Amino acid sequence: MPARLEIALQPALVDAEGEALRRKAREYFGIETRRIRTVQILMLDAALDAEELERIRREIFTNPVTQRSAWGTLDLPADWVLWVGLRPGVRDNAGATAIEAIEDLLGRALAPGEAAYTSKRYCIEAPQASRRELERIAAELLANDLIQQWRLWSAAEWDPREGIGWVLPKVRLDRRPRVTPIPVAADEELLRISRERGLALHPRDIPVIRAYFQDPRVRQARRAVGLGDPTDVELEYVSQARSDHCNHNTFRGRFHYREAGAEAVETIDNLFATFIEEPTLAIARQKPWVVSVLWDNAGAGRLDEGHHYVITGETHNSPSNMEAYGGAITGIVGVYRDPLGTGRGAKLILGGWGFCVGPRDYAGPLRPRLHPRRLLDGVVEGVRDGGNKSGIPTVFGQLLFDPGYMGKCLVFVTAVGIMPARVAGEPSEQKTTTAGDLIVMCGGRVGKDGIHGVTASSEVFSEHTPAGHVQIGDPYTQKKMHDFLLAARDEGLIRFITDNGGGGLSSSIGESARFSGGAEVALEKVPLKYEGLDPWEIWVSESQERMTVAVRPEDVSRFLELSRLHGVESTVIGRYTNSGKLHLTYAGETCAFVDLDLLRAGFPQWEFEAEWIPPERRGLTEPVLGEPGDCTRLLLDLLSSPNLASTEWIARQYDHEVQGGSVLKPLLGVGRDVPADAAVLRPLLSSRRGLAYAQAILPFYSRIDAYAMTACTIDEAFRRVLAVGGDPDHVGGVDNFCWPSVQYDPVLNPDGRFKAAQLVRACRALKETCLAYGIPLLSGKDSMYVDGHLPGSYGETHKVSALETIQFSTISLVEDVRRCVSPEIKVAGDLLFAAGLTRDELGGSEYYRHLGYTGLKVPQVRCADFLPLYRAIAALVREEQLASLHGVYRGGLAVHLALIAVAGGLGLRVDARRVPAEGVRRLDTLLFSESAGRFLFTADPARRPDIEARLQGFPVCCIGEVVSDPRLEILGLDGRVALAANLEELAAAWKRPFGHLAQGGVGER
Amino acid sequence: MKPKVRVLLPAGYGLNCDAETIYAFERAGAAVHRVPMNLLFRGEVALGDHQILVLMGGFGWGDDHGAGVIQAVRFRTHLGEELEAFIERGGLVIGICNGFQALVNLGLLPGFDGDYRTRSVALLPNDCGMFRDQWVRLVVDPGSPCVFTRGLEAAELPVRHGEGKFYAAPEVIARLRARRQIVLRYALPEGSPAGGRFPDNPNGSVEDIAGICDATGRIFGLMPHPEAFNDWTNHPDWPRLKEHARRAGRPFGTEPPVGLRIFENAVRHFQGS
Repeated sequence: MPARLEIALQPALVDAEGEALRRKAREYFGIETRRIRTVQILMLDAALDAEELERIRREIFTNPVTQRSAWGTLDLPADWVLWVGLRPGVRDNAGATAIEAIEDLLGRALAPGEAAYTSKRYCIEAPQASRRELERIAAELLANDLIQQWRLWSAAEWDPREGIGWVLPKVRLDRRPRVTPIPVAADEELLRISRERGLALHPRDIPVIRAYFQDPRVRQARRAVGLGDPTDVELEYVSQARSDHCNHNTFRGRFHYREAGAEAVETIDNLFATFIEEPTLAIARQKPWVVSVLWDNAGAGRLDEGHHYVITGETHNSPSNMEAYGGAITGIVGVYRDPLGTGRGAKLILGGWGFCVGPRDYAGPLRPRLHPRRLLDGVVEGVRDGGNKSGIPTVFGQLLFDPGYMGKCLVFVTAVGIMPARVAGEPSEQKTTTAGDLIVMCGGRVGKDGIHGVTASSEVFSEHTPAGHVQIGDPYTQKKMHDFLLAARDEGLIRFITDNGGGGLSSSIGESARFSGGAEVALEKVPLKYEGLDPWEIWVSESQERMTVAVRPEDVSRFLELSRLHGVESTVIGRYTNSGKLHLTYAGETCAFVDLDLLRAGFPQWEFEAEWIPPERRGLTEPVLGEPGDCTRLLLDLLSSPNLASTEWIARQYDHEVQGGSVLKPLLGVGRDVPADAAVLRPLLSSRRGLAYAQAILPFYSRIDAYAMTACTIDEAFRRVLAVGGDPDHVGGVDNFCWPSVQYDPVLNPDGRFKAAQLVRACRALKETCLAYGIPLLSGKDSMYVDGHLPGSYGETHKVSALETIQFSTISLVEDVRRCVSPEIKVAGDLLFAAGLTRDELGGSEYYRHLGYTGLKVPQVRCADFLPLYRAIAALVREEQLASLHGVYRGGLAVHLALIAVAGGLGLRVDARRVPAEGVRRLDTLLFSESAGRFLFTADPARRPDIEARLQGFPVCCIGEVVSDPRLEILGLDGRVALAANLEELAAAWKRPFGHLAQGGVGER
Repeated sequence: MKPKVRVLLPAGYGLNCDAETIYAFERAGAAVHRVPMNLLFRGEVALGDHQILVLMGGFGWGDDHGAGVIQAVRFRTHLGEELEAFIERGGLVIGICNGFQALVNLGLLPGFDGDYRTRSVALLPNDCGMFRDQWVRLVVDPGSPCVFTRGLEAAELPVRHGEGKFYAAPEVIARLRARRQIVLRYALPEGSPAGGRFPDNPNGSVEDIAGICDATGRIFGLMPHPEAFNDWTNHPDWPRLKEHARRAGRPFGTEPPVGLRIFENAVRHFQGS
């Protein structure tokens, strides 16, 4: 007999959650409500007596000071009652912890199948609102029908005796697991089956797969274990392993690149090998601090003699596009498993985020699944909960808007970890599996999560079908596992560790078995969330929060004991062998028996035609613009543009100080609101060593040339870590590519060849810039297919492709954090210097974009010119000569002068005529050009001679001074005041679009 | 050499301030024993072998059913009487953020009249409706019996929470005030209590309350994180403060940051006696 507990705040208390909903309903849809109260609901499907229920209610779930509760239905005033609960199979984190607490209180375990389900009911007082409006609140603010269900009652329909009824989102599959053999007599047949089952096998792979399973020697070996035709388990395995996601077929493909109209074709065999692997190996040879690259879940660099740091970056675009909160929280929690699964395991110390979405105020005809505003809310909250509850500081991030991201949003998540250089006497970055080691799965249980994500989304839901393809990350379960695994590592119990992400066990075991040369797995031993999964589903499920660990048999009892101690489930599911085979059984029967090297053998490389059309030939030109007379208003409007405005509300919600090593926070300055160039932290609290971390994303330059986009992105990310005191000789990079589809199709992707050429150019820029700056690529990922088909006004659909985008992240060593420098100007009377040449490079700039242009002259990165200047500035930072230092980035000089002034709470008097420039004849060009390679810094006038001597020969000039009058004043090229604004005006303009979001609801009441 | 003051730090289950809490206590001269909570619950580690119990920050059990609620249930179930005996014997207890939330749910705070079981205050979701990480200014009640804040008048510390709004019925607040149990209040830049002004009072706490102690002053709970101000480079303004000090020819960063002094006070409490 299920029981339903309702809990609400006492009537006199502010219901912050209800208020937040009320505010959103008004702000987003103009729907007025008088009051909203939330009721937390806990549905217990367990055999408990009345006395136990009462104890549970009183001792766990009701705070006597603030709450009231009842088994049954609470009576709250409402014109409408709206209930929102999860669909079956969706991870209910609160339900799981409720069970833990109940079991602890009662001192006994609940029976298998007994469960707790949490949901919410909103009591809405809104006498004027219509049912349609309430439905809108339900469907567009509260519930995403992929994972949630909702019901709405008017006051007249609501029956307090019935309440919300008895909705138990229990998964019942009611089926026996089975293994299905799949005949592969002909290519067409396999292709048809691949389509039907959503295997997504590439047509060119099919003959290779068939040939393998028809090879007489293979057939004979299979007969010996009772197998004939390939099983569904085997084909699912091959499909996962061959997918672009796991195998990076695009990046490993062959590109035939030519310029439009030209005869000459350049063939690049394998973008990854040519443009990423080769330069990284070359740089690593020269940089002894590079510890481990190109093979593990994350790359490693040396922090000090006793420690390595590890870094990686991921994207979680498609899932976030479907269910923003779930996708984003799964993304950040997921990327945190990569450092944990690097070497013998690293402790997580830092997270970063990058969000690219459609315009927040989009009001056009296209209908994306989630409006950009709702999508952004969900993504922001997902990363917040995932990061904060993981206990990892989220220290840096960026937000960009462009209509192209309505096709698919981008959610970048980056993770840094730290590990001792040696674990149990062995180098921590090395790991291997050996025949005889046991395979242990740790953490969460397996359900239908993430299986064939894309195809599943079009299936029809029934009341008890799991909505498994959309996942909700569970940072709590993972945090416990993280603490446990580090304890196990320190005891020397871990031989090999890797995470279960894309491809699940099929990928983690498939890859780790290569070291020993084989594996045997008993799939029925894998702990399941609910019964009825087929073996193939267990094998490829992407259920989150799981790691695969190799443990020596003699260590396994200690390993499992530690696991219990930390409240983590760990299960031995098989062992590594050296048979050359991947041998899977289910209840004693073989269900897969394939050669480990099957995936290495003979699959055809993907081929791409790439045709570059230079921007001039695409009709891009410089706009014919007369010089603006009102630069002040222009600057204020630029500061108010969504892509330059303050995004304080996001960083403010992210715990960026946990672990106690924060040195430079994401928001700095007198108002603690101006973004830092880079974040700095002390990973080891007793040491002065620091790590600086930054990112850059500059997709708008891709409209002109993805080569320039890539080079500028790397240059910015490089300058950012130098601007805080990073060491130019120790900067590692992480490249995250997000690209629209590059496979040409005359109907579906007519500009595929051009996008392929953009990819080739971006990769070339990556190689050339990294080589020039000496940045090894410690890690990187690619996410292709950032396209979407959006419905329009008339039932037609539009293909919308994202801009070709790279997020480049940099990490650098800081010798002594006490010498770090920050961007805000500090002392009136200090001198202001500009370093680096401003050129006529307005192409793709915020200025042009604001006026509706793209332009042609995109900023160029001149690494050979820039690097000596960067080194000279880094030396000045090391000597503590500078009072402030800041890079000039998107928006240009005027925007960044405004930011450092606002941050310092002091004025600046600037003479534009003294700004080092080349080929610039106009003030607007000087103020808004986005030329790369530039810094602004201030210094004590007493240090001027020293600084000028050190920077002799570089394009560096004193361009003004810091003044106590809180005003930014710029003299134009004619020597007269051309721009003047108070700090208050500047800050107000900059905070206009999103400033209110940082306040929450405070001040409204 | 005197034996070090022994600190017990229960860990795991989503708590996450281990490194900095250990560091802060070690800097203060204590020996910290970090144990997986289950060892404590199983009785394999004895609370009684320690002098200070610290309940650290984090998200115990995910905080899904009210912050600190499940941690409190588990402590009560497994350690109920041992906790009271520990306090009786003169042990110190500090609960920071999630630990403070657990202390009020356990009833260890406010601990009126030696009653360490009754819940009479609460920490609610922030009025602004969201988690906030920001530095706050605090004023300390110099007349409070709190052991941890001796000699402190004001402090700047970070808060990082979504549920930090201190709430209690008016008569409870009056009692707290009368007994000088309101140790820390959120304050304005000039040093007076924030009067509810956001964001100086970041969460809407009644009476700007940021931390309270019990009547003995040996149990202390606070929402701000003193362990996160363990070095002067933690302060959000340090580069500016450092530059100003340099120009004035003043030394900078020679004094221990105020966060550490809270831990030093706790350790000194035993060393002095």
